Amino acid sequence: MRRKSKCVLGIEGTAWNLSAAIVDQSRVIASAESSYHPVEGGLHPRAAAQHHATHMEQVIHDVLAKGKKNNAKISAVAFSIGPGFGPCLRTVATAARALSLSMNVPLIGVNHCIAHIEIGRWLCNVADPVILYVSGANSQVLSYRNGKYRIFGETLDIGIGNALDKFGRYAGLQHPGGPKIEEIARKAKCYMPLPYVVKGMDFSFSGLTTAAKDALAHAPLEDVCHSFQETAFAMLVEVTERALAHTGKKDILLAGGVGANSRLMEMLNTMCQDRSAKFFAPDKAYMKDNGAMIAYTGLLMLESGAVLSVEDSAVRPNYRPDEVEVTWR
Amino acid sequence: MEMKRVMLTSGAEATIELRDGIILKSRAPKRYRLKEIDERLRRERTKIEAKLIAEARKSGVPTPIIYDVMNCEIQMEYIDGVQLKHVLDANLSERIGELVGLLHTAGIIHGDLTTSNMILAGERIYLIDFGLAYFDQSTEARGVDVHVLFQTFESTHGGHETLIKAFTRGYRKTFKDADDVLQRVKEIESRGRYRTERL
Repeated sequence: MRRKSKCVLGIEGTAWNLSAAIVDQSRVIASAESSYHPVEGGLHPRAAAQHHATHMEQVIHDVLAKGKKNNAKISAVAFSIGPGFGPCLRTVATAARALSLSMNVPLIGVNHCIAHIEIGRWLCNVADPVILYVSGANSQVLSYRNGKYRIFGETLDIGIGNALDKFGRYAGLQHPGGPKIEEIARKAKCYMPLPYVVKGMDFSFSGLTTAAKDALAHAPLEDVCHSFQETAFAMLVEVTERALAHTGKKDILLAGGVGANSRLMEMLNTMCQDRSAKFFAPDKAYMKDNGAMIAYTGLLMLESGAVLSVEDSAVRPNYRPDEVEVTWR
Repeated sequence: MEMKRVMLTSGAEATIELRDGIILKSRAPKRYRLKEIDERLRRERTKIEAKLIAEARKSGVPTPIIYDVMNCEIQMEYIDGVQLKHVLDANLSERIGELVGLLHTAGIIHGDLTTSNMILAGERIYLIDFGLAYFDQSTEARGVDVHVLFQTFESTHGGHETLIKAFTRGYRKTFKDADDVLQRVKEIESRGRYRTERL
């Protein structure tokens, strides 16, 4: 008989998605979520936090009920401690502390970015990849070495998702702009040159976003969407390829919500084919913000003893992934 | 006569081939990106690279001698040595500092200062791969240049603090505005998202 692995409840709610899940060593046992969708404009931290507070009870109730059906006994409560919107983080942390105390199990504070990486490594079964992590707020190329995920290159201003959303809002598209831009870009007829900004291993998207907005005055939306994507993604893939060449690693893992973009996946896949590298991306449900990634990383941390006391569980809105001591690898 | 051809590396930027004792660096097309972007980047980068390699050499930084340039291909001298990433220590890091100081004095930004792009051949350290280099005398550009190297120290080498200190010593020796640039490096580091040590 299989030795019964520990189960961890994880709660994610750094920004738009409140999501909870229970995982053990081998699978995601239960999950429940509620997403915040702004009526107009972009994500508002306070409105998102209010959404999370309103739906927390239901989401936790649902995930625990599903867990119970599967005989899951919770060994620890993990939550995303940062980076993210302060009000959202505090809402989630409050719920996690209360659950940890009432169930009398350890509390674990998980770095949101690291969780994106770990769920990908788990589900794709890839040991030591170069990671391209692209979401609304974050755009980073990372690689593990000697106890930490090191950042090879990152955005010097805004995340790629945020860049897409900003441009999308300006063009009159509803939040989130990314998927709509991807759709519209398919109908493009020509490419127009936009600023291609790679500085060393870092990239920048805010100048590109401004140039794309300006271009709308004299070019069709389809062409600008296409040119925006092609330019921005080429920058990301170029730096990823250089990290691959520099580290000598053979695998690429895509993580984060913008990973759902099929053009970005296609470009990474092509680059990997040409370098005889392997390209990995988990299912879209596990690239966007999700509770399972927090639960799974929480499980890794629990087994390596990285638990928190309530006193030390203050949220960290500016928590960088390269600050995390990786105790489980 | 049979030609001797050896593929040395297929880096991220270009393929390096050794043919009859001569290095051929060619920027092969990248299929992943749009043809328009690809051609623009490759053409611009090849032309600028050849020019900058020659200019760097004039300023006292060992670089390969350029023999010829055509389309997206450069023919140049083969440097027989070992990449610094395999042998880096504080002493070598100080000498890197001296070279980068000379380079910056000449108004050249390397653009990809990693220890993969430095070769120790005999007593000399050669800087190679000027594929992302450009002319710029601004503190900002120089700061980013040094920042990239420090990132490599941190991501690829142990004891990066010692290496950075040694680099700084060398950099100050050959470049009069070194302190301005090093100050800017600190500021650049704080710009990455979520840096805790802000100035």
